[in-house]
Amino acid sequence: MGAILVGYALLLVAALSAIAYVLGRTTGARLKPAAGEKIHSLPGYHGAFVAVWVGIPALILVILWAGLQGPVIDRMITASLPAELSSGKSGAEVALLVSEVKNVAAGRMFSEPNPAIVAAAERLNAWESIAGWALLVIVVAIALGSISITRSKLSPRFRARNDVEKTISGLMIACSVVAILTTLGIVVSLVYEASAFFAMVPFHEFLFGLKWEPQIALRADQVAGQGAFGAVPVFVGTLLISAIALVVSVPVGVFTAMYLVEYADERVRAVVKPILEILAGIPTVVFGFFAILVVAPAVREFSMTLGLAASPNSALAAGLVMGIMIIPFVSSLSDDALKAVPRSMRDGSLALGATPAETVVKVLLPAALPGIMGGILLAASRAIGETMIVAMAAGLIATMTINPLDSVTTVTVQIVTLLTGDSEFDSPKTLAAFALGLVLFVVTLTLNIIALRIVRHFREQYE
Amino acid sequence: MTVAADIKTDTSAFATIRTPDLQPRPVKVKATGVKVFYGAKQALHGVTIDIPDRTVTAFIGPSGCGKSTFLRCFNRMNDTIVGARVEGEILLDNRNIYAPDLDVVELRARVGMVFQKPNPFPKSIFENVAYGPRIHGLARTKAELEEVVVTSLQKASLFNEVKDRLQEPGTGLSGGQQQRLCIARAIAVSPDVILMDEPCSALDPIATAKVEELIDELRANYTIVIVTHSMQQAARVSQRTAFFHLGHLVEEGPTNMIFTKPIEQRTQDYITGRFG
Repeated sequence: MGAILVGYALLLVAALSAIAYVLGRTTGARLKPAAGEKIHSLPGYHGAFVAVWVGIPALILVILWAGLQGPVIDRMITASLPAELSSGKSGAEVALLVSEVKNVAAGRMFSEPNPAIVAAAERLNAWESIAGWALLVIVVAIALGSISITRSKLSPRFRARNDVEKTISGLMIACSVVAILTTLGIVVSLVYEASAFFAMVPFHEFLFGLKWEPQIALRADQVAGQGAFGAVPVFVGTLLISAIALVVSVPVGVFTAMYLVEYADERVRAVVKPILEILAGIPTVVFGFFAILVVAPAVREFSMTLGLAASPNSALAAGLVMGIMIIPFVSSLSDDALKAVPRSMRDGSLALGATPAETVVKVLLPAALPGIMGGILLAASRAIGETMIVAMAAGLIATMTINPLDSVTTVTVQIVTLLTGDSEFDSPKTLAAFALGLVLFVVTLTLNIIALRIVRHFREQYE
Repeated sequence: MTVAADIKTDTSAFATIRTPDLQPRPVKVKATGVKVFYGAKQALHGVTIDIPDRTVTAFIGPSGCGKSTFLRCFNRMNDTIVGARVEGEILLDNRNIYAPDLDVVELRARVGMVFQKPNPFPKSIFENVAYGPRIHGLARTKAELEEVVVTSLQKASLFNEVKDRLQEPGTGLSGGQQQRLCIARAIAVSPDVILMDEPCSALDPIATAKVEELIDELRANYTIVIVTHSMQQAARVSQRTAFFHLGHLVEEGPTNMIFTKPIEQRTQDYITGRFG
């Protein structure tokens, strides 16, 4: 009931703002300037000014109300519970009682509830409905008050246009703050869970340990290993697969970009560029199929003809497919970097009698190198963080190896396996995922920062 | 006589025309009926001109008259523009540079070019000059390469200014020094002809004076064709001048004749500033 009323309150705010806009606009249009005066703002700005001052305070109120209503009512319910139910009980048990009250109030009953609980549930419903109606009434009151105040402020010289401008810039700041706060929230939650892990497993053991066997017993009656949380093999696996991916994607991507910039005519470009963009748009899970069904068997058969033993889910197969996936990154960023080299450089080299190939290798490439490096680093951080392909095509066992025909596991695969299925949030097995995630985050963040710095430096060179 | 002094004392526009080079020189480049098309648009309508050896020939004319387009025919730089097409014949030492069996790379080594905006590569001063000799294999040893670089920088009157910082980036030089570096770079592959496309338009008057002085010195060894917007510059540096208008070569002759006794009314109007 309460939640529905909050929804109505939001609709009401929208409707009131619309009415406020119309009222403000009409008032604005009817303003009569004194002799020699000009009306400062167009009627639309007067309308927007009134609407903003109705909408934003009311909206803030609704949001605060929606956030606070639940806890306040919870507290009131707890206080109103008969003493014989709540006395001598811990906080968690009281919370359980409150949630039982809520279930009964919502009509979800599994057994015949205690009459005291039923009474509390009725109180809960009544209070929620009172709170909801109170909200609607207060919203209307605020809106009416705001309309009368703001409309009385409108005058020919009133700078509604400038005020609306300020509000819009405030709105944009608020939106960017949302993104920043979300990032901060993610970091904080990662650090929080990871610190819980490091309370159980020493930091140095995690960072430098050479054995990764997280499958410890969740229940006392399970048969499982002792557990070892040395992350080195997992990171070695990640680096191996990422390195294979870069070995594939960097030459292919950079040469593609060189071809597109220096050799291809318009018709070829018009075909090749969209195809590369399609490659960038393929969902990674589809690349995963491709890795399992095509590349992994091919790698296995090929290595068998060479007399080498390859595991069915080899690092090579996952790395090759990941490399194909990041080709568009490398090629499009290299393409941009090469194209940003001024035409006069190319002309200067060609006019000296250099061939196009000499021009690309000796002049364009060195000049565009910072930009290309930035592209490669961004692609590398993408490869390190990539999950789906490796989750499907790479192995689960953390082998400490750099043999590409062996099966290795990656950080992201381990996070997926540790967090899927039944998991307990006080076991090091589950919390290890957050520690891995934190390290992964730090690594990709560092790579991104370096890449962005290089790219920025490169921009300064030619602008 | 220094050009810098000329600028200071140059009150009437063409008072300082150099003693014309009257002894006849053999023809180095012979263009016959050259037409250039950019797609459907014709930029040059059949130009015929003889460029004499070891002489500075200036191309003047209002913007868009086709003088730069024509200049770029001499080293086939128009080939690099998509949709550009050249008709007619250009003979360099009696060989058609548009013949199908001609190697463009070799041609461009013989016909150097200096651009409107100084365009040194983002490499060291030494590497900028060594670039051409390296790709054409003109120096077999390191010592030979160094010699080529030093001689070229000396010929471009830049060596004394940069001899202590040859390993510093060429882009760190001043505009005028950069342009002389580009000239040194072009000289380093020992071309016969040097094309200059408004080489001073991005330079201040003092740097311009230095480049003009250099052009005058280079004329002893190279055939120079210079496109310029400044009629004073054409008068100062060239022995022959060609006036272009709307894709046609209007008039061509010894510089002092073009500037004092032009035959065509359009030339007269242009050099006296009646249009342009």
